[in-house]
Amino acid sequence: MTFPRDEALKALIPHVTKDDIVVAVYQSCFDWLALNPRDLNYVAVGAMGQASSHGLGLAIANPDRRVIVLDGDGSLLMNLGALVTIANSGVTNLYHFLSANRVYEVNGAHPLPGAEQVDFAAMAQASGYAGSRSFNDLENFTTALPEVLNTPGPQMSVLEIAAGAPYPRDYNFIHSAGARETFRTALNQG
Amino acid sequence: MVASVAIAQDAPIVPHPSGAEIIALIKQARVRHIVALPDIVTSDGLLWPISKDPKFRLTRICKEDEGVSICGAMSYNGTRAVLMMQQTGLMDSLNAIRAIGVDYELPIVMMVGLQGKEPHVHPDQSAAYGVRIIRPVLDAMGLSHSLIEDPEDVAHIPQAIDAAYAASRPHIFLIGRSPEAPTQ
Repeated sequence: MTFPRDEALKALIPHVTKDDIVVAVYQSCFDWLALNPRDLNYVAVGAMGQASSHGLGLAIANPDRRVIVLDGDGSLLMNLGALVTIANSGVTNLYHFLSANRVYEVNGAHPLPGAEQVDFAAMAQASGYAGSRSFNDLENFTTALPEVLNTPGPQMSVLEIAAGAPYPRDYNFIHSAGARETFRTALNQG
Repeated sequence: MVASVAIAQDAPIVPHPSGAEIIALIKQARVRHIVALPDIVTSDGLLWPISKDPKFRLTRICKEDEGVSICGAMSYNGTRAVLMMQQTGLMDSLNAIRAIGVDYELPIVMMVGLQGKEPHVHPDQSAAYGVRIIRPVLDAMGLSHSLIEDPEDVAHIPQAIDAAYAASRPHIFLIGRSPEAPTQ
């Protein structure tokens, strides 16, 4: 069973405070930018697979802020070692949400290797995350969110999702100097 | 790893830089975060001492391109870091450096051990293919780099780090000879 990604993101919005950093990747990023545009959205993750590592750098350098990573399953598979790095880094302010639709959505919707078998929550748990769980319906996800986000991290939440409403893919924006400068300015305003 | 080349028995003995001095100069550049994958060239002289130095926070990574992203993200609030690896990891990280360091104009400062390089030979003349291509590859990408081989080469470290952060661009220190480990 799956639930729509945009509904999952809408459920997350009320729990994101003004000081939280949100690192979002690919279609999760495009959805999030449409649903919750804010200056502390970090969109410049560059090379595919690197969102969680950017999140870790932000978490280390900004220990008084929560860092929420909206990752994709194809992206995470390109950087699985990051789970171990994050788990062993000592950060407690990183919250990892993985949109698991089991396909490379923005690259033609080809299936992931092992699409039917990979257990991402188990991977995070085995890597040493403080907590890890999967959700396959919106109600359980919505109910669990307050506790997930108020428990010391790193925390992994795997969302077994399907694409929701279509949102525009503005690659020029996410790679723009303007987007990076907006984030930098907001981060350093205190 | 890079295939090691045989070093002639009559090869000249050359001086090596001081690991303790490099570490002191990293601190002088206001760097307190080290992100690293072990490299045999810098292991004894740099990474082991850094790992025991309470003035540093060491983040051990599983793959080198993680470190490019970690250091780039840290820089947004001015937090300085040095990313340590071997040149094989540098080659593996070129796309991340291209995207995050160059396209995004972020200050990724790296110390890269040239594993397999003959101590008395300039890297461009190394018999090891994996070594002698490094500087040309960096030049082709337009990346700033400098070589640390002789003891006096270390003096520019703080200025190079300052310049990387001032210009918000990468700089790569290539370590061509194993830094001497601090005396116990």
